[in-house]
Amino acid sequence: MSAVVSPTIARLGARSVFGRRRGVLLFILPLVLVGLAVLVRALVGEDLTATSDTLYGLGLAVIVPLVALLATTGVLAPEIDDGSISYLLAKPISRHTIVVSKLLVAGACVVLFAAVPMLVAGLVMMADEPDIGVAFALGSLAGGLAYCALFALLSVMTRHAVVVGLVYLLIWEGLLGGLLDGVRWLSVTRWAGAIADEVAGDLALVADLGATYAVVATVVVIVLGTWLTGRRLRGFNLTGDE
Amino acid sequence: MSTITLDHVSRWYRNVVAVNDVSMTIGPGVTGLLGPNGAGKSTLIALMSGFLAPSAGTVTLDGDPLWRNQAVYRTIGLVPEREALFDYLTGRQFVVANAELHGLPDPGAAAQASIALVEMSDAQDRVISTYSKGMRQRIKMASSLVHDPAVLLLDEPFNGMDPRQRMHLMDLLRRMGGEGRTVLFSSHILEEVEQVARQIEVVVAGRHAASGDFGAIRRLMTDRPNRFVLRTSDDRTMASVLLTDPSVRGARLRSEGGIELEASDFGRFSEVLPRLAREHGVRLLEVTPTDESLESVFAYLVSA
Repeated sequence: MSAVVSPTIARLGARSVFGRRRGVLLFILPLVLVGLAVLVRALVGEDLTATSDTLYGLGLAVIVPLVALLATTGVLAPEIDDGSISYLLAKPISRHTIVVSKLLVAGACVVLFAAVPMLVAGLVMMADEPDIGVAFALGSLAGGLAYCALFALLSVMTRHAVVVGLVYLLIWEGLLGGLLDGVRWLSVTRWAGAIADEVAGDLALVADLGATYAVVATVVVIVLGTWLTGRRLRGFNLTGDE
Repeated sequence: MSTITLDHVSRWYRNVVAVNDVSMTIGPGVTGLLGPNGAGKSTLIALMSGFLAPSAGTVTLDGDPLWRNQAVYRTIGLVPEREALFDYLTGRQFVVANAELHGLPDPGAAAQASIALVEMSDAQDRVISTYSKGMRQRIKMASSLVHDPAVLLLDEPFNGMDPRQRMHLMDLLRRMGGEGRTVLFSSHILEEVEQVARQIEVVVAGRHAASGDFGAIRRLMTDRPNRFVLRTSDDRTMASVLLTDPSVRGARLRSEGGIELEASDFGRFSEVLPRLAREHGVRLLEVTPTDESLESVFAYLVSA
């Protein structure tokens, strides 16, 4: 079978994400973002610094990776945990098709629960400059997809993907990213910031990081992460309870 | 007609050996994989279904390697032991999804046929989370049969089934075997295996301990010294009388009462025991075989 995407796997994946209690969080996160945007607008008025601080500090750095983490682990981890992924694997389907189909669902979640809410929040805070919202939406999309690929790889490598993902976000993207300047070269959130920077003109979110580098790095992570996940799934050891 | 061949296959996890130098050929008809819990049956089935790489040796299906070869799933149907299913789907949705994943031209019709085969048509529109263990087992069967595979692998399929469901599944497996499919199922219960399987492969502690039809395995298991504990109205007399018969290899009076006895010829012993007791006016109060557990049978098989 040469199809890149299997509608059946995507359909099952979507039900897996929203069929669990964790799926509710996907709806809450964007509400928090938009709610805060309304609050900022009411308290500060239309202010570029406040807008970009909110959209970067809360949106790109927190909401986007969390949505990606919830969606990606929701679509992959439960099946690996309980072994029901064997029903997908015991089929004459390319492992890459399985991964791409599942990532498509996670990607749709990123659009719906991260990129669109970022656009809305941007428009709420800077109604006169829609470019800002669009820029952050595009940054969210790029960053969100990269995070999805990264967390997919994590899901097939460890049974504690959610915890490891959170630790990675806190320590690497959060703590070290704030302390060490060099981390920007290897930080998905900062690449997303650089892309938003480029689209909006001059937001000065991330210093000394070219947009070209950010785009290339993001694409590399998406492609490599997806491919490695499929490769790992191809040699997936699944044993009984013995 | 398909054949799975294991050629000097070993599988170890770090320093634990789960399967040790096993060679066997699984051909058309029903084969039972018999062994106590923890013998390596699930590991063998994982190896045969391409879900585990052998640490040494080769596992092939009609000459093609099973590991990292997703094309084999056109030929193989797998019923895993684990209970987990897509609980949020109905039985029918689950089987249809499996049919779609196989790329069948008419997934709906294939699913219906498969569901009817396992007699789940009535419950097919219920959500899987409401199913009993036996129903789960049957819907798993339906999902693995949906593409009409030449090879069917089942890991402990009778676990948790009530007697009626067990009979039905046995019937189904016999039919599959009769149609020329290669059917392999694992079990730790000899009676289960011998009711269905034409060929039995016995594994113990990761080793291939015996192979043959159930008659051969039965003989291996019964033509061996049997141990019993007897309680009688006169242990001392009974023990001395029994020792005069060639079917008895040894007898020992136990300090807590009763006789510990080893019989070498079970058939003759079972005939001689009541006769000798009657002739000498001894009443038999209790005759308990002490090593009838499967583990002791296997232990004997391995040392034989």
